Amino acid sequence: MPKKPALTDKQIEVVIGNLLRAGVLAAAVIVLAGGVFYLAHYGAQRPNYKVFSGEPADLRDISGIARDALAMHSRGVIQLGLILLIATPVSRVAFSIAAFAAQRDRLYVALTIIVLSILVFSLAGGHF
Amino acid sequence: MDNLLFTLLLWLGSVAAGFFGALTGLGGGVIIVPLLALGFGVNIRYAIGASLVSVIATSSGAASAYVKEGYSNIRIGMFLEIATTLGALFGAFLATMTPTSTIAIVFGIILIYSSIVSVRPPHPTPAAAHPDKLAGLLRVDSSYPTGEGIRNYYVHSIPGGFVMMFGAGTISGLLGIGSGVMKVLAMDRAMRIPFKVSTTTSNFMIGVTAAASAGIYLNRGYIDPGLAMPVMLGVLVGSFAGSMALIKARPASLRKVFSVIILLLAVEMIYRGITGKL
Repeated sequence: MPKKPALTDKQIEVVIGNLLRAGVLAAAVIVLAGGVFYLAHYGAQRPNYKVFSGEPADLRDISGIARDALAMHSRGVIQLGLILLIATPVSRVAFSIAAFAAQRDRLYVALTIIVLSILVFSLAGGHF
Repeated sequence: MDNLLFTLLLWLGSVAAGFFGALTGLGGGVIIVPLLALGFGVNIRYAIGASLVSVIATSSGAASAYVKEGYSNIRIGMFLEIATTLGALFGAFLATMTPTSTIAIVFGIILIYSSIVSVRPPHPTPAAAHPDKLAGLLRVDSSYPTGEGIRNYYVHSIPGGFVMMFGAGTISGLLGIGSGVMKVLAMDRAMRIPFKVSTTTSNFMIGVTAAASAGIYLNRGYIDPGLAMPVMLGVLVGSFAGSMALIKARPASLRKVFSVIILLLAVEMIYRGITGKL
């Protein structure tokens, strides 16, 4: 009989699944709260999305969004919820590194670090 | 139309997109982008930004339901995510440099393909009888529960599958969709992973793949909070309801209706792309 690993793949998956669901729920609550503020503020305006001009600079990166959200700007709050949503699968990858390390699986620790690096590169804005 | 009504209609449309996306297995993204671009007159760059966000929500939200069944293969999933995330980065960069008309035409082609797949789900390939050397080194061979007990399977053609996954990631990053259909194709057809394992592992991978292009989208100003809010909340509700309904029924006739709708959307997207009316 092979020695039983500290964590089985199945146990890891269940923890990861719950982590993902909690992240999505928290993100949805923040987005909904921001959405209520947003409609209270801008509900009577006419939407115009015909021409792409890109979001203002403060809604494009994590520090700007955090500042806007703390100032309770509705668009910033929604964007904060969306950042949390994007961070959810990223945290899943980060958690997997710890889980593979607990199994002493060096190959998969290395492979997972590569995936996490790609994600962090993108979240940092993707500048070479 | 004011913002309040616009948001409400967008939410309702997204609920429907999420519902049918889950029911047919195509995902919400392939419907959200045409809905926004054709139905609501939204610029396609904002449309793919909002769609991508909803893709992350549905993939991550559904994952906990799948893992309990013990089908997904986290090792092959993680290994292939190197390919899909690199592809997603490449696709997102490509999106920022591609004219909207070209994006619309490529989207139309992917819609035609999705339409065909939705009425003719791929026949499961027979399981491989012998182990593959590279799969052994990566320790990705595994087992899954079936009606007749636990069944082992061998993974094949890893380099080919890796290249296909890069392509699936590129399409995901370029068009703001999950491209689950292409991920399943790579695993089921090329790598001979059992269909059930392929679909659940693919769902796991979609969220991570989409997150890799989301950072670029956010930084380039593609993600508008006013649009993404009703789309994300709507698709989340719709796909949850869709997956519940799926447990009760196998909607063969609904799939046919749906595939015709997608085909019509494809024609409209390509037409508008060629004539530059997007």
